[in-house]
This record gives sequence, C-alpha cells and structure tokens, in this order.
Amino acid sequence: MSSRPIVSVRGARRRYGAFEAVRGVDLDVSRGELVALLGTNGAGKTSLVELVEGLAPADAGEVRVLGHDPYRERHRVVPRVGIMLQQAGFSSDLTTAETARMWAGTLSRPRPVADVLDAVGLAHRAGVRVGSLSGGERRRLDLALAVLGNPEVLFLDEPTTGLDPESRQATWRLVRGLLADGVTVLLTTHYLEEAEALADRIAIMQAGRVVREGTVAEVTASEPARIEFAPRDAAGRAVALAPDDLPRLAGRAGPAVVERGRVLLRTRDLQDDLEIVLRWARGRDLRLHELEARSASLEQAFLALATDRSPVDDRAEAAA
Amino acid sequence: MTAPTAPATTAPGARAASDRLRRVAALARAETTLLVRNRTALFNALLLPLVMVGFFTLVGGLGDADPVVAATSVLTSLVSVCLLFVVYYNLTTTYVARREDRVLQRLLTGECTRPEILAAAALPALLVTLAQVVVGYAAVSLLVEPPGMANPVLLVVGVCGGALLFALAGAATSGFSRTVESTQLTTLPVVLVVLPFAGIFGAPGQSGALWEVARFTPLRPVVELVWLGVAGIDADGRTLPFAETFAAAALPVGVLAAWTVLAVLGTRRWMRWEPRR
Repeated sequence: MSSRPIVSVRGARRRYGAFEAVRGVDLDVSRGELVALLGTNGAGKTSLVELVEGLAPADAGEVRVLGHDPYRERHRVVPRVGIMLQQAGFSSDLTTAETARMWAGTLSRPRPVADVLDAVGLAHRAGVRVGSLSGGERRRLDLALAVLGNPEVLFLDEPTTGLDPESRQATWRLVRGLLADGVTVLLTTHYLEEAEALADRIAIMQAGRVVREGTVAEVTASEPARIEFAPRDAAGRAVALAPDDLPRLAGRAGPAVVERGRVLLRTRDLQDDLEIVLRWARGRDLRLHELEARSASLEQAFLALATDRSPVDDRAEAAA
Repeated sequence: MTAPTAPATTAPGARAASDRLRRVAALARAETTLLVRNRTALFNALLLPLVMVGFFTLVGGLGDADPVVAATSVLTSLVSVCLLFVVYYNLTTTYVARREDRVLQRLLTGECTRPEILAAAALPALLVTLAQVVVGYAAVSLLVEPPGMANPVLLVVGVCGGALLFALAGAATSGFSRTVESTQLTTLPVVLVVLPFAGIFGAPGQSGALWEVARFTPLRPVVELVWLGVAGIDADGRTLPFAETFAAAALPVGVLAAWTVLAVLGTRRWMRWEPRR
C-alpha cells in the first residue's frame, strides 16, 4: 500500500443557496492517523465532514476517500467506512440488540453484535428498548453502529457530546484501540481536551476555511506563552504599576496588560523572559502573587483565532 | 484491495442481488417488529380491512347477484381497502415516523440504497396485503361461493402492481406531512379521489362517461385486474376465456404502469429524508 492519504480533500467548496459553508478546504488524513476538526458552531465542520462521508457532493474541488469519490462512487467506499453523525436517530420501539442486529444485517462484513455492544459498555442494556436508554447510552449505541462494520475509516461527528466523564474516557479508549489497529479517524469535537487527548493532528476551521493545521504542539507554538502575576510590596500591599515600569522582554509578543492589579505579559521565549521578570522583581523588592507562567494551551490558540477573526456568519449555524 | 473471501464461483451480479436481498431482509425484519409493537398500525393492517369490507358488503348488499360476482365484489373491496389503508396510509405514516426519528438519515450513512430502504419499509405491508387476499379468498369461498381463478397472473400483477404504486404514493405523500398525526389529513385527498372511482361499488358492465373516465384513475386498474384474474370478467361485464383475459388486461396494466411512473417521479421530487421542522 502506498503512503497516499486515506482521506484527501482539495479545494472543496459547498454552498447552500447564496451561503458558502465550505470555502476551499484542503485536508489530508493518513492511514492510522486521527485528525480532529475543530471550530466554533457554524464554522463548517459538519458541512465538510458530510462531503468526505459522501452524503453530499462538493460544489467544487476534489474529495477522495480510500482513493474514490465518496459521493459518486459511494458503493465502493461505504462498506469500508463507519459514520457517526452528530444527529441520527433510532426507532425507539426496538431494543438495543435488535437495532444493532438490524444494522449488522445491512453490512458487508459485520463484527459480532455482542462484541461491539460489550466494547461500548451496552451489553447489559441489550434487551432494553432504545426509547428507554439515556442520552449517553444512545450516543454509545451510535458509536457501536459506526464501528459494527469493521471500518477502515471512521468519521465521528462530536462523538462524546452528552457523555459523562467516565463514558467519555471509555469512548477515548475504544478509539485509541481502533487507531492501534490501523483505523483512520476524522473527528469533530467541541472539547479541546478531547482533541489534545486523541489527535495526531488538528485542523481549526473558521467561516468555512481551515485557518490552522498541524500537531497540537505546532498549532499552539504560534501562540505566545503567558506570564501573569499580581505585584505586591514587601509588606504585601498591592503595587500600582504602569506599563512603562515593567521589564523589557526578549520574546515580547504584544503589549503588556495591567488590569485590576494583575499584570499579563505575552512572550515567545518563556524560559528567558520568566528569568528577566524574576530578576526585575528581585531588583525592585516586589513579591509576585499568584504567579503563573505557562505555554499556550490549545484552548488559548483556539480562542485567539476565534476572537481575532471577524465573527462568523450566523447562517452557517443553521446550515451546519 | 482486499482479496475476495469466497471463491469466485458466483457471478458478481448474483452476489450483488443476494447482498441487496440480505440488506432489505434485515431492515424488513426490524420493520415487522415495529409493526407488531405499534397497536394502531397493527389494527389498521389486520382488522380495519375486514371491518370496512364487512361494512361495504352490508351497505351495498350482495343482493341476488350471481354468487361468483358477489364473491369477487367482496375481494375487490378487500384489495382496494388494503392498498389504501394497509399500504398507502400505513406507509405514509411509517416513512414520516422514520424520517422524523432521523432513522432514514442514519440508514443513508450505511450500505443500503434509497430504493432498498423504501422497499424494506414496504415489505411488511405487502405481505399483510397478500395474506389478507389469501384469507379473504378463503373466506368468500366458504361463506359465498368459490369465485374461481380465471387468470392468477393478472391477480398477482394487479395486487403487487397496486402495492408498488401505493407504496410509492405513500413515500411521496410523506414529504407533505410534518408529523405522524398529520398523515391522517395529507392522505385524505388521495383516498377521497381514488376510492369513489375504484369501481368497487358495483359489478363491471355499467356504462356512462364517468364510468369510462374512472378507468384512468389509479385504483381502478387494480380492481379491473382482480375481476379479470378471479372471475375472468372484463370491464364491460363479459366473461372471457383464459386466452382473452390477457388482451383485456392491456389497458389496466398500462394505466397502472403510467401511474407507477408518476409515483416514482413524485417520490423523487417530494420524498424527504431529513426531518421537517
């Protein structure tokens, strides 16, 4: 097998009437890799994922999954793919096991139903009507159906929304197990810690475009680190500082912020600048209360992108 | 590429057909379970036709008609009521329910094609209809007179063709229905327009312009095919020998096929796969 990407998107566009939800996206996912697609509501994540799932045709550009067009050559792609939609339903009068058996009956190469229900922690609920399952249990049944066909590629659209922390961990374990078996995963999520926990690479979407892409380290590297403190004198009284009183940083990134007695410095050279700050404080006999120094988190990188850019068109929400 | 797991002794076409059958069977099995668990739908499917046919027979009366004509009249009523209520009304409701529950959306993410999904939901209704016809035939044979079987092919074509037509009509009508409850209203126009012209309130052989025009309404060809298939009686009320029943069936089969084509187009245009909100 060549190292061609399992999922490959080039210049994809998708339109709803006059509104363009996906505006020229490039995205690759390699075999055995998990790529997490992040973005605010209405960024176009679901619209993009529906293209690679083959549920809708791209208005422009090229979409390839396992070397085929997932929409026009659906019959070649779909037996090798598992799809977990953000919102898909069940007939509430069927039991959990009946639902899974029905789905298994439609698949080319189903795994044993009991094994899969066991893997998602629903074995003890097999005989229960789906209408009586909790929201989290239904979400796990969604996942069970998505993996029932032994897929080579898995598309998960917000798989852990509505799950309690324990079920979320269990879902992550299951997904890691699949990755270890060589399954390729494209995941969308609102939970940044989920992306940090699972993703080999992340892509952040905004207003229909991928605005940042790379490993978690690469994406956060573009964001400055932060040093925060509340300056006090030797007696513990708050000291009012003007920005000019603050030390000159080697890796300064943006102006210092002094607000309600707290100082926020941004730097691209956390180690050296932290040393400069500490020396400066010693020289002035200042105590740095609530001192925090940390590299950029994914959340920070994400929020920085979300606030820097123009607000997203509200219609995207309805379309997504 | 993955190597085929089974030795290539079966032709690819046969393999595809058996895959198709397997998928439809899996969904139809679940649909049957759902039908059995839904008391309203079950009542509509099993008892409503019997009640309505009993009512029509009491009101219309069998009079002193020829027993074969009387028995066939009851059968045509039964087939008509089954197609309108077991197939058309029930399936409209089923398609709306599956759509609003987002089951259709899920099924589209899998290996089933759209026609397979529609067919699987229709299969229990078709089987109930066939069972009703068999039971109805046995009943009139016992209670009235064995009506005979002039041309079973035409009976099967009429009943199955009618079921296909009204299943498709149900799929198209589901697109106009926001909720399961609203199907009681959205199915009404078809029932009200189709039923009076079906020709089940009187034996063939009547004349008049309206009677002739009615031959082109959707349910009438089914009724004509049942008359031809069971009693060998054509639209003019003549009893035909076996060989001539085929020629007499040309018009009703053509009308049925034309309506079926329209129903396919209607389904493509109006059937929805995602919830209406």
